[in-house]
Amino acid sequence: MQARLAPEEIDKLIRALARRGYAVLGPTVRDGAVVYDEIEGAKDLPRGWTDEQEAGRYRLKPGPAGALFGYTVGPQSWKKYLHPAQVKLFEADRQDGLFRILGSPAPPARPYAFLGVRACELAAIAVQDRVFLADRFRDPVYGARRTPVFLVAVQCTQAAATCFCASMGTGPEVRGAADLTLTEIVNGEGHWFLAEAGGERGQEVLAELDRQPATEEELRRARTAVESAAAQQVRRMETAGIRDLLYQNFEHPRWDQVAARCLTCANCTMVCPTCFCTTVEDASDVTGDHAERWRRWDSCFTLTFSYIHGGSVRSSSKARYRQWLTHKLASWIDQFGSSGCVGCGRCITWCPVGIDLTEEVQAIRGTVNHGNTDA
Amino acid sequence: MANAETDPMMPQPWVVRRISKETPDTFTLALTPSEGGARSGSGGFRPGQFSMLWVFGVGELPISISGDPADEESLTYTVRSVGPATQALVSREAGQGVGVRGPFGTGWPVEGAAGRDVVVVAGGIGLAPLRPVIYHVLRHRAQFGRLVVLYGARSPRDMLYRKELVSWGRHQDTQVLATVDYGGVSWRGRVGVVTSLFKYLRLQPARTTAMLCGPEIMMRLVARELAARGLAAQDVYLSMERNMKCAVGSCGHCQWGPHFICKDGPIFSYARIAPMLDRYEL
Repeated sequence: MQARLAPEEIDKLIRALARRGYAVLGPTVRDGAVVYDEIEGAKDLPRGWTDEQEAGRYRLKPGPAGALFGYTVGPQSWKKYLHPAQVKLFEADRQDGLFRILGSPAPPARPYAFLGVRACELAAIAVQDRVFLADRFRDPVYGARRTPVFLVAVQCTQAAATCFCASMGTGPEVRGAADLTLTEIVNGEGHWFLAEAGGERGQEVLAELDRQPATEEELRRARTAVESAAAQQVRRMETAGIRDLLYQNFEHPRWDQVAARCLTCANCTMVCPTCFCTTVEDASDVTGDHAERWRRWDSCFTLTFSYIHGGSVRSSSKARYRQWLTHKLASWIDQFGSSGCVGCGRCITWCPVGIDLTEEVQAIRGTVNHGNTDA
Repeated sequence: MANAETDPMMPQPWVVRRISKETPDTFTLALTPSEGGARSGSGGFRPGQFSMLWVFGVGELPISISGDPADEESLTYTVRSVGPATQALVSREAGQGVGVRGPFGTGWPVEGAAGRDVVVVAGGIGLAPLRPVIYHVLRHRAQFGRLVVLYGARSPRDMLYRKELVSWGRHQDTQVLATVDYGGVSWRGRVGVVTSLFKYLRLQPARTTAMLCGPEIMMRLVARELAARGLAAQDVYLSMERNMKCAVGSCGHCQWGPHFICKDGPIFSYARIAPMLDRYEL
């Protein structure tokens, strides 16, 4: 059942979640971008801001007056909380030539509530669930954060020029499981939200807010708004046969062409909501008797990523770009049963030279003479 | 809350019992669980598996188990010093601690090879992950046909397990052939790459299982040579190597096409990976 909420109820929602013991994390404006951080109330949300995105370009600009979720997606994803950029795996003390481990990674003091999860981001969380929870080994760091998380999804009613979720089948309509799903409508006639609970936890929180049953007309307008976010998308990924397309085109002139532009800076992997690669680092204090072991995000674009004694396996930037794209769109399917791409467009926006993976795939597709590349 | 039992990234404290020098830069360490520490992996390993060995404050490495699978007391590793973490490992002394995770990965097809001839082809330190197979075959000699060990090393002083190589060759139906890239004046053995040993082989391809470990280019050429001599691709096994940080399929480093070497390998049948071996910088 969908309920209609006045915009003031969003502040109450944030406080209701905080009262339940959650660290409420949501969008806020900082350094000229919408980033995710802990929020105390609706005052912290990016009210009245929207974003303008293109390959290699991101700008905030004034959007619909009063809109709380008038942007699409910023540089960060919820990965920064569920799969943190750095985690202390353990500390250890040296004792008589042996050592003693001093405990496991601590889970966060409060469980997380995410406010403003987009459809593509729900899909990305589902992708990382398959990597960290459903695979042979369960990752306890991810599990401790993911299991209790409270998800408040917010439907997209506009698309950035870099969005292509509609072609990936991940959005813009929220399909994944969220505790609450909101749709924000702002126009000349007013500003209101639709809210729908996705389970008992969501219903309990929703019951604390002032709400009215939504009318047929309101439901229709919310549907239309989400549909317009799909219609606005100018980019698309042609996914038919994409796994075989990339496997069969391991040698293709386009890889040299893109490598001539790629800086191997790793930005795309840092902003990607599904990229999961990590490295580990050891540190000890000056006495040498106390050591720590940290896990940090890593990227297949670095030269050290594939280093084994004798040299790096992927020493050329061509090989590293090809590894990233082929993993994301092809081998991911073999490994985890789905694409590793959710169509959020972050890698396009945040690429300093504006490399667009949809364009790269199309270029390879456009010039192949073999394989099942028909749509 | 994660704990040491369920967290695959948490090393268990083990102790170096013996360390012995194999070559100027390669050492073999026998480890046992430290007092009160549970043996990780709960008993035994499959020949071909590896562990992650952690040196306090320095780093962690994937190292293949090189000891006897019948040894229930300890796990044995042969380590070549090529960087700071391997140097720290080979500098350990008896009684000092090493963190152990694992064993991880797939093993050599020792059960599948029962009743068949076994051909082991190793290059350099690649003999270490194959030594458990040799121990197993010699311990259960009647269950296998002929055992052939082909070993190539850079020079005579780089050869691993030299005394054992001689003693293995004394077993019935067992042939050990070694060659070196550079012989020096006192070497009276063969000089040449490991594939040059094939001319001494009498293979019965239909009843032979081959197991290969060494530099990738060596394995690629040996696998081709074996195929040319009639071995089916599904009877040839290779142990692959890539950078590894976690050994549990989540750090991403060891990806090789669709495979994670750590959990889908390190042992693969040639039938599964033959096309990938020809892909440069995959």
